[in-house]
Amino acid sequence: MADNVKPRVRVPKTAAKDEVVTIKTLISHQMESGQRKGKDGQIIPRSIINRFTVTFNGASVIDVQMEPAISTNPYFEFEARIPEAGEFVFTWYDDDGSVYEDKQSIALA
Amino acid sequence: MNLDRREVLVAAVAGAATVALPFSLAAQETAAPKTAEELIAEFTGGADVVEGDGVTLTAPEIAENGNTVPISVDAPGASEILVLAPGNPTPPVARFTFGELAGSQSASTRIRLAQTQDVVAIAKFPDGTFMRSSSNVKVTIGGCGG
Repeated sequence: MADNVKPRVRVPKTAAKDEVVTIKTLISHQMESGQRKGKDGQIIPRSIINRFTVTFNGASVIDVQMEPAISTNPYFEFEARIPEAGEFVFTWYDDDGSVYEDKQSIALA
Repeated sequence: MNLDRREVLVAAVAGAATVALPFSLAAQETAAPKTAEELIAEFTGGADVVEGDGVTLTAPEIAENGNTVPISVDAPGASEILVLAPGNPTPPVARFTFGELAGSQSASTRIRLAQTQDVVAIAKFPDGTFMRSSSNVKVTIGGCGG
């Protein structure tokens, strides 16, 4: 597992039915691109998060396939429609097999 | 030692697997990265891609630091958006697939650009059409470690 991986997510606490809300996510990760050389002149092997998915009550909101060209500490902002009260599940998949997850509940206003 | 046919076969297969595995891994690593054209063809399945207003790629004109270039893509009604940076050592950037609860077919992120280039976004629509948009970004400091 990569060091100090910490997902951060900003979701509104409440929303009206069928309201479209903006969600911001950031996960701290070095996202080693596999292009950089270390002090010894050797290429540092690639180590990135390669996939990010968001579901709400089991239904898909967005699914992102990520490549080494995504910056350090991957940031994503997108919109979701809220049909009912429920829970967002954010999942990040690391190259090394680690899976990071965060959950956020949202209530109907 | 008394080996029957089955045991010999099992041993042979296991031996072959241990030889083949490191070789296939090495082959994967040394394979040349796919070009932007190959990636587009793979994404569209050979369908025509039209330059159009259906997809918008927003990127800064000048990025002083290629390590974090903010971009956003927007393609109302699209099911998927592919983002490529053909001037990078590996052109693919990201592929967004929008689900049934997506509030809009748009997303923002931050990407790395190795050099000044045209960043390309291609949107796939449910009716099987594809639209592309590109945006030139001038990069002062490259973002791929070079």
